[in-house]
Amino acid sequence: MKQILKIILWGTIALAGAGALAAIAFERREPLNAVWFIVAALCTFLVAYRFYSAFLAAKIFALDNTRATPAERLEDGRDFVPTNKWILLGHHFAAIAGPGPLVGPTLAAQFGYLPGTLWLIVGAALGGCVQDFTILFCSIRRDGKSLGQIAREEVSKRGGMIALVAVLAIMVILLAVIALVVVKALRDSPWGTFTLAMTIPIALLMGIYLRFVRPGRVLEASFGGVALVGLAVVAGQWVNASPACSQAFTLSAPALAAAIIVYGFAASTLPVWLLLAPRDYLSAFIKVAAIFALAAGVLAVRPTLAMPALTRFTDGDGPVFAGKIFPFCFITIACGAVSGFHALIASGTTPKMILREGHARIIGYGSMLMESFVGVMAMIAACALQPGVYFAINSPAAIVGKTADAAAKTISSWGFPLDPRTITSLAQRVGERTLLDRTGGAPSLAVGMAQIFSGTIGGDHLLAIWYHFAIMFEALFILTTLDAGTRVGRFMVQDLAGHLWKPLGRSGSTPVALAASAAMVGAWGYFLWQGVMDPLGGINSLWPLFGIANQLLAAVALVVATTILLKMGRARFVWVTLIPMIWLVAVTMTASCEKIFSASPRLGFLAQANVLAGQLASGAIPAAEIADTHRLIFNNRLDAAVTAVLALMVLVLVVEAVGEWITILRGRKPVVLHEAPYVATRWAEGD
Amino acid sequence: METQAKAVGLLRGAWSWVRQVSGDAAYENYLRCITRHSDIGASAAPAPLLSRAEFYLDSLRRRYSTVSRCC
Repeated sequence: MKQILKIILWGTIALAGAGALAAIAFERREPLNAVWFIVAALCTFLVAYRFYSAFLAAKIFALDNTRATPAERLEDGRDFVPTNKWILLGHHFAAIAGPGPLVGPTLAAQFGYLPGTLWLIVGAALGGCVQDFTILFCSIRRDGKSLGQIAREEVSKRGGMIALVAVLAIMVILLAVIALVVVKALRDSPWGTFTLAMTIPIALLMGIYLRFVRPGRVLEASFGGVALVGLAVVAGQWVNASPACSQAFTLSAPALAAAIIVYGFAASTLPVWLLLAPRDYLSAFIKVAAIFALAAGVLAVRPTLAMPALTRFTDGDGPVFAGKIFPFCFITIACGAVSGFHALIASGTTPKMILREGHARIIGYGSMLMESFVGVMAMIAACALQPGVYFAINSPAAIVGKTADAAAKTISSWGFPLDPRTITSLAQRVGERTLLDRTGGAPSLAVGMAQIFSGTIGGDHLLAIWYHFAIMFEALFILTTLDAGTRVGRFMVQDLAGHLWKPLGRSGSTPVALAASAAMVGAWGYFLWQGVMDPLGGINSLWPLFGIANQLLAAVALVVATTILLKMGRARFVWVTLIPMIWLVAVTMTASCEKIFSASPRLGFLAQANVLAGQLASGAIPAAEIADTHRLIFNNRLDAAVTAVLALMVLVLVVEAVGEWITILRGRKPVVLHEAPYVATRWAEGD
Repeated sequence: METQAKAVGLLRGAWSWVRQVSGDAAYENYLRCITRHSDIGASAAPAPLLSRAEFYLDSLRRRYSTVSRCC
């Protein structure tokens, strides 16, 4: 009887999910309500977790709860700490959930809601979750080793080096692009800039409290910090209203970029307890709260999606970024569907804290499903906006014009009616001078979130507060990723430099640390500056570069995972990692080729450089802009070279791995699996 | 009465979860680990014993030397 009830229950969930997905895919007569998206995502994820992850856990990994995990065997109370699975789930989710699953879907909404939503749901269930789960499992079986170490041992030494360089490259591009998102959101926005600036003294206060007053009392400091940040958001409106204060916090894009570069250097070189760690605590609390609030708000308001299922920009001529659905939808949404960066977390602290092998299922597979759900929420928030408003915020001035009238005329001509008064009045209602040319996704997401929040609490009266709360929350955790990423990047630079000349690898040397920090900040700062100066808004070139780098890292992780499955004698089931890997290699290689070689100047880096070079040669560029044009030409060629190097590195790794696979399958040499030997757990099942 | 006890238990559980996830209880976990190791005479016990402030700084140094936040 119980069995029959279970079958009925899971059959109902599966049917509800399939029905909702069919409605999203085929319903065109009237706008869809967000409930369809929530039902489709929840039901698909429940079925994927219940059946697919169980299949992976039992048939492929053969997770063994009698086997002692590294947390038990190597327990030291510091790195290796056996942790309850629900607590570790919270840790892991907080670590993987960044700005990516919010910004990516918002940008991909230019294609309409359909492609991005399907990719979020299917990509996560069959790709991203599998990657995270597999790498977590592999790392648990190898004493918590990192992806680079695993690649070196299981694939080849070159594979390990490629993984290390790929990680460093993706960090540089990631930090540049997320910094650019903040610049675009805060440019000429005194309220937003003031609120974000206030988080620095608040974090310093928290740091001093945690270091000297009540060491390690994270919750006390965080509650105080969150209250002060809330106050800063509210106080921002008074700063905005005061001409003198407003002027002081009104910064241009180049000034903001310079401030962020200086801040990044300072935050990565100051003692971590002073600024970086307290900001991280603050950001983690606000991030988790805002994500849950967004989910609750969407459920409470249940907005209708104004964006069509597919827009005319599926032809590749979109104003937000250039390129067709394939491959660009699949690299624009990386985090939320498949994110290579997760492989670093899954082979970082989490495997050292896992109590039982069986817990890897909920932590590896389950956390990624949760992140994908956040991505679906972001897609709903972006698509709930009127399409005209969405395109007015996310399109660069070079495409739609600098004034509300010009933008409204251009966007209306695309078939998305927009009254110039609508966008002007919306900007006033959210407390901004303008919402035009705010590329990067964060401001349109903040408008979407503010409309959902104000639909639940406060109505139009609190719209401006909610908007600036959303901007602060996005900017705060982007800057936290920036601090932490720059610091880790510094260690990677030192590690790589140490291979060339040993003294450069000394971690205790202050001049070496300062030089490595400067190198790291200089690298991402260069790309940030390039994005700020780009007449097409920067996001058009940098976000795809980030997506390509992130998905290439995912391909690296899946190559490593496939090699290990073959070595484990699971050739029958190797498709679980091989199919997502082939898909990602196809997507990233196509995207790389298009970004380098496309004849369209908006899409291809080299085509853009050639057009500019032609204009220079013909004398069409005014004398005052010649130096800038030379720089733009160089930047486009540099972007092409970076893309080519990333793609080549992954191709080398794939070729190397395929050689290894053939050797394994033909039995030409004994298979050596570098797993830690089996040790029976000393803990009872209920521990 | 039973419902009230259940609610209190639930709140305690939630509070404990928040303390663990946020790192607020990390030092207590560390002390428990040290005690357990010294009880069973294991040689892997970290020594010397760190104070709360030392442990806090040590845990920050470890956390921010590796990738701990994703995109």
